[in-house]
Amino acid sequence: MSNFEEAHVLVVDDSSVDRRLIERLLRVSSCKVTVVDSGLKALQLLGVDGLKVDLILTDYSIPGMTGYELLKKIKKSSKFKEIPVVIMSSENVLQRTGKCLEEGAKDFILKPVKLANVKKLKNYMKRPSTTRFNYFCCIYYYIFFLFFLSLFLFFCVFVCLSQ
Amino acid sequence: MEDNKVLRQQLATMRQSFFDEGILDKHYVQVEELEDKDNPHFAEEVMTMFFRDSTKLIATVEHALEKSPCDLPKMDKYLHQLKGSSSSVGASTVWSAINKLREILKDGDIERFKTQFLCLRDEHEKLKGNLEPYFQLLRQVGPVETAQRPM
Repeated sequence: MSNFEEAHVLVVDDSSVDRRLIERLLRVSSCKVTVVDSGLKALQLLGVDGLKVDLILTDYSIPGMTGYELLKKIKKSSKFKEIPVVIMSSENVLQRTGKCLEEGAKDFILKPVKLANVKKLKNYMKRPSTTRFNYFCCIYYYIFFLFFLSLFLFFCVFVCLSQ
Repeated sequence: MEDNKVLRQQLATMRQSFFDEGILDKHYVQVEELEDKDNPHFAEEVMTMFFRDSTKLIATVEHALEKSPCDLPKMDKYLHQLKGSSSSVGASTVWSAINKLREILKDGDIERFKTQFLCLRDEHEKLKGNLEPYFQLLRQVGPVETAQRPM
C-alpha cells in the first residue's frame, strides 16, 4: 500500500493488555490507532463523533455487544458498510469463524495477535491515498499527452508552411 | 562499566531461566521486540498491566468459589479473560494452569477445581516473584545505549 497518509485502525477489545499490545503492533506497522473497550463506544465514535477509519479490528468476545454483533451493525449501515472488519478471538471455533466471514468479515485472526497478522491487515484496507495517487498519475499523463500533441501539431504546421 | 557488565550477565541468566523453566514462552519475546528507544520499558509496562488485571481476576474467582452454589458460567468467563491475557504476554505456566481449571470446571468437580485453583495461584505468584526483581534490575542497568555511552 502506498503510504501518502497513515492507515487508521479502530481496535475494539475489552482486555487492557490486548488493547495495549495490539495498539503497539499497529503503531510499529505505521498505522494510526484508536482503541475502545466496547462495541457501543466504537459505534459512538463512528456515528456521533464522525471518526474516519480504514479498518475495524474487533475481538469476538466483548461484554455487551459482541464483535459479531458489531460486525452485523457495521455491515447493515449504509454509511459504514464499506469499512473492512476483521475479527479476533482466542478460541478457534470453526462455527464462529464461518458465521463472521459469512456476515462480511474480511478475516478472522486467532489470538495472540502477531506482527505478521497486522502486516496482512493492510491488504484489506480502503485506499484513499491510492485513489489520490492515481489522480496525480492521470494529470501527469494528460500533460505529457498535450505536450506531444502540440509537438505533433507544430511539426504538421511546419511541414505545411515549408511546402 | 564493569559492574554494569556483571549486572547485564545476571539479567541475561535470569531471563534465560524463565524460558528454560517454561514460565514464559515465545509470545513474551514478541512483547520485548516491541520495545524501542521511545518505548524502552514496554515489556515491563505490559506485564504490570497483566499482573494488575490477573490479580483482580484471581481474587474474583476465589471470592466466587466461596459462594454456594458456585456460579460456574461466571467463573468460566473470568478464567477465559485470564487465559486470553496470559496467552498474549506469553505467561505459559499460568496459561496451562487456567486451561486445566477450565477442563475441571466443565466436569463440575468443585473439590478438584479448588485444588487446581491453588496451583494457578502458585504459578501466578511464582511468575510475579520472578519478574519483579528482573524488571527492577533491568531499570537499574538501563537500556543497551546507556551502557555504551563513554564515562
